[in-house]
Amino acid sequence: MSEMKKQPDQNETPATAAESTPQKTMPATEIGVTQPGPEAEAKPQTAVPSPAVPSVTPPDPQAIEEWNRQVRRRMSRQTRRGFIGLGAGMLAGLGAFEWFTSRRMINGIPWPFRKTLEVNEQLAHDYLTTGRLAPTFPPDRISEDRVNGDVGLDDDVDAAAWKLQVEGLAAGDEPLKLDLDAIKKLPRMEMVTEFKCIEGWSVIVQWAGARFTDFMRAFPPQTRSGNEFSLNHADDLPAYVSMETPDGEYFVGLDTESVLHPQTMLCYERNGEPLSQDHGAPLRLVIPVKYGVKNLKRIGTIRYTELRPADYWAERGYDWYIGL
Amino acid sequence: MKAKHPLAIRWCHWVNFPLLALMIWSGLWIYWANDVYRIGLGSVTVFKFFPESFYREFGLGQSLAKGMAWHFFFMWFFAINGIVYVTYTLLSGEWRYLVPNRESFREAILVFLHDFRLWKGKLPERKFNGAQQIAYTSVILMGLGSLVSGLAIYKPTQFSWLDSLLGGYMMARWEHFLLAAGYVLFFMIHVSQVVRAGWNNFRAMVSGYELTSVDEGTHE
Repeated sequence: MSEMKKQPDQNETPATAAESTPQKTMPATEIGVTQPGPEAEAKPQTAVPSPAVPSVTPPDPQAIEEWNRQVRRRMSRQTRRGFIGLGAGMLAGLGAFEWFTSRRMINGIPWPFRKTLEVNEQLAHDYLTTGRLAPTFPPDRISEDRVNGDVGLDDDVDAAAWKLQVEGLAAGDEPLKLDLDAIKKLPRMEMVTEFKCIEGWSVIVQWAGARFTDFMRAFPPQTRSGNEFSLNHADDLPAYVSMETPDGEYFVGLDTESVLHPQTMLCYERNGEPLSQDHGAPLRLVIPVKYGVKNLKRIGTIRYTELRPADYWAERGYDWYIGL
Repeated sequence: MKAKHPLAIRWCHWVNFPLLALMIWSGLWIYWANDVYRIGLGSVTVFKFFPESFYREFGLGQSLAKGMAWHFFFMWFFAINGIVYVTYTLLSGEWRYLVPNRESFREAILVFLHDFRLWKGKLPERKFNGAQQIAYTSVILMGLGSLVSGLAIYKPTQFSWLDSLLGGYMMARWEHFLLAAGYVLFFMIHVSQVVRAGWNNFRAMVSGYELTSVDEGTHE
């Protein structure tokens, strides 16, 4: 690398203003090109466009050497500075990484990550319109059957003996016990939506059942104010809904806003057939604005509550909210 | 001695490197849970993404929850850094060196031929040649693609129109994966080119300056 091949003409003594402080310059601006020696005087820091000066003076090897030495010195200063900066940045990054990943765990992940998931949840609440509908599909798009997850589904359930327990109702302290007919009496709805597993696959499924808001109207929760239940006053409803399997092995927590979504339903038929045991007979939750893990099978209990409910997978490192 | 890369661009570049690595790493934790992509046709599979040994070797299995937590944490830094970079290049005028023009494509072919010793001509001495312009602009567009396809997977109900635009929820996931593979490819070519270009060029990305020769005739 030769910094200079020929000494500039002595008559034109160009120099640089930016000897020690290379300020922010436009890129590709030369800041230290042709400084022939100590006698250089300050001039605007641009390359010399060299007017028609007859190049007669023979190059002075000493001056070139001196000039090159200076350039090299400045270059190594800049290089040192750059690498120290990069090294410091790397150390800071590694330190931050160490710190983030070694914090106290909250439900399986370090708290900075858990808090970020909660911030993401708040942002979704504040800036997204949760009423947006999940896309629906024509029935000929229905996918092949796929079953996943059997926690809380030990032994087959006897649909005739099964009861849905509902807690947190306006009607009083006693939990309500409903049979499947009570759900089937509600207006029936059908939809074909894409069921999305948190693992990353999805299937298109036809569901039939009762819209959750219809269920709520029929069996209204206790309101915060004590006033009569109304879907028009969502703020007056308990903040959360909790659901669990009859044996309590599997449980999900849901924000009421998502439960009120018009596509959230209590489902008893899948692809035109009554729910099979492995798909959650006799009644399961279908909530397209959440991943499959929240679509609880074989509902045993529904509870309206002000306290953020426990959630099976959120206790195992996953996001509690997972709103899609 | 010549100023080459502004401080802001150098910082964005070096900050992006570990962030993108973390995004790809946590992305692999997520991908493992449904690792369906392959190169092949019908029942013939040439290469499966990824062989079991790959997961075992790098400890990538059984970490979906962790992967999602990391992904949804570092995504903010990755996106913000990208936005800062693009904003800076636009405001500072740096984009002029980076965005390809009509000449770039012809020049890129020459660069390609040159690098494979098929063309002996001299490449233009500019900050970025045509191939670089195309590569560095593409990778930014890829970054945008990752943000958009990522959003489509992250909130497929909220942004269902985005999913339709990308060909559906499952397509968006595939595109997101493809872009990640693209970064790995970019990285390999980029590093090999940096090695070929040598110390002066690499040093410029750290210090901001490169050394240039002074021309005999013009003193430039």
